[in-house]
Amino acid sequence: MKLIVAIIQPHKLEEVKEKLYKAEVNLITVSEVLGHGQQKGVTEIYRGAKETGNLLRKIRLEIAVNESFVEPTIKAIIKGAQTGNIGDGKIFVLDLERCIRIRTGEEGSLAIG
Amino acid sequence: MNTVNTGDTAWVLISAALVMLMTPGLAFFYGGMVRKKNILSILMQCFIVLCLLSIQWVVYGYSISFAPNDGFWGGFQWFCLNGVGVEPYPDYAATIPHQAFMIFQAMFAVITPALILGAFAERMKFSSFLIFILLWATFVYAPVCHWVWGTGGWLKKLGVLDFAGGIVVHITAGIAALATALVIGKRKNLEKNIPSPHNLPFVVLGTALLWFGWFGFNAGSALAANGIAVSAFVATNTAAAAGGLSWALMDLIRNGRTTMFGTASGAVAGLAAVTPGAGFISVVPAIAIGLVASLICFIAVSVIKPKLGYDDSLDAFGVHCISGTWGVLATGLFASKLVNPAGADGLFLGNPKQFLIQLIAVGVTLVYAFAVTMIIYKIVDLTIGVRVDEKEEAMGLDLTQHHERAYTVLE
Repeated sequence: MKLIVAIIQPHKLEEVKEKLYKAEVNLITVSEVLGHGQQKGVTEIYRGAKETGNLLRKIRLEIAVNESFVEPTIKAIIKGAQTGNIGDGKIFVLDLERCIRIRTGEEGSLAIG
Repeated sequence: MNTVNTGDTAWVLISAALVMLMTPGLAFFYGGMVRKKNILSILMQCFIVLCLLSIQWVVYGYSISFAPNDGFWGGFQWFCLNGVGVEPYPDYAATIPHQAFMIFQAMFAVITPALILGAFAERMKFSSFLIFILLWATFVYAPVCHWVWGTGGWLKKLGVLDFAGGIVVHITAGIAALATALVIGKRKNLEKNIPSPHNLPFVVLGTALLWFGWFGFNAGSALAANGIAVSAFVATNTAAAAGGLSWALMDLIRNGRTTMFGTASGAVAGLAAVTPGAGFISVVPAIAIGLVASLICFIAVSVIKPKLGYDDSLDAFGVHCISGTWGVLATGLFASKLVNPAGADGLFLGNPKQFLIQLIAVGVTLVYAFAVTMIIYKIVDLTIGVRVDEKEEAMGLDLTQHHERAYTVLE
């Protein structure tokens, strides 16, 4: 079992969701986060005072999957989120120790799907 | 010499202030409907229109709209308010200082172009917006205003009835909205994801401010604190209420639930529709005008628009042009000399000619405003470009056009 965490551009969320559904990955958690990587961030001006390097809005996806779904999920995220420009984001794949479905108490692969 | 009536003057000045508040009200009405990355761009567009056109109006806008002239628009003799003083100008209002009339009209000239921006919300460059609005106020608003309300205007001579701006305000702005929505194109990724309004309470706040301000808009258009002002006030409130109820009912019939967004939209449709007739109709026609306004606007925005596929983001055409047109025609049906002896009887009181005049005015205004809006748009587009680039649109206009954001994520 793996936990896939991806940071993407907010406006790419819909496309990524669509590609994930096509790859039959339907369980997803989405949150709004701030951050920047190589992109420097944006300049904002408040009553003449310039603030540079402000963090940008990003979307974080968390998807727990069984091994066979790892590659399709990664491909789907790239397909949906890639523009080729700086700021497209990153995908992290982590080992997932346990997964428990709260409703039934099921564990492991069964609980993920 | 005409004497200034203090009651009339006080009412018109208060009305001017009420109408002024409608532009920021409209900003919240529209601002709540966009995505949160674009709300400041809407507030800013409305606010800068208030600043820009207030100046345009006193410098030359008032003159080319209202200075007596038989031609295409008003004369230039009132440039920089030359000759527009505190003495009444009886052609327009015999009992208030001429400048009171001028500043009341200024607020109409401000809000009308602001109405259009709902059509191209979330995708127009701020610089292009400024130029577009200034040209539009000059070449669409001013001439049509002169035709309908100005001394020497040809539609006025024809006998058209437009109490507070169904033609001058709602039809011109509403059809301009359609023109710009067609030519600027859809927002990106619309098929996959029709964005939800980011703050419906703002929409309701804006609606409330519009409704409140509309008393100045319509009842103030009597230009005196008299019986006509009162009957316009009553008609305005009645039509707004009927419009809100009617949309709520259609929501219920079609989708099984009444919605806040729908009810607020219905009230605005009712208000826009009663505008041209407010001072000429009694209360039962006001109910009918409000009920029908919501019905046809509902059909326009929820049935026809999706079929035709243009992206009038915030339904400036679907609400203002449709209900404005209905209101102007309805004035030709319901107008009564018993309500306002200075008006005329409509079709239902045995005067079909009035309906025909209203029809001509609607037709000419639709064609003129649509064509000139297209020309202005093309000129701006060919010189500096109208639309933001794809990346700016994705990031939102607040950050890219103004370097500000409305809401922080942390703290």
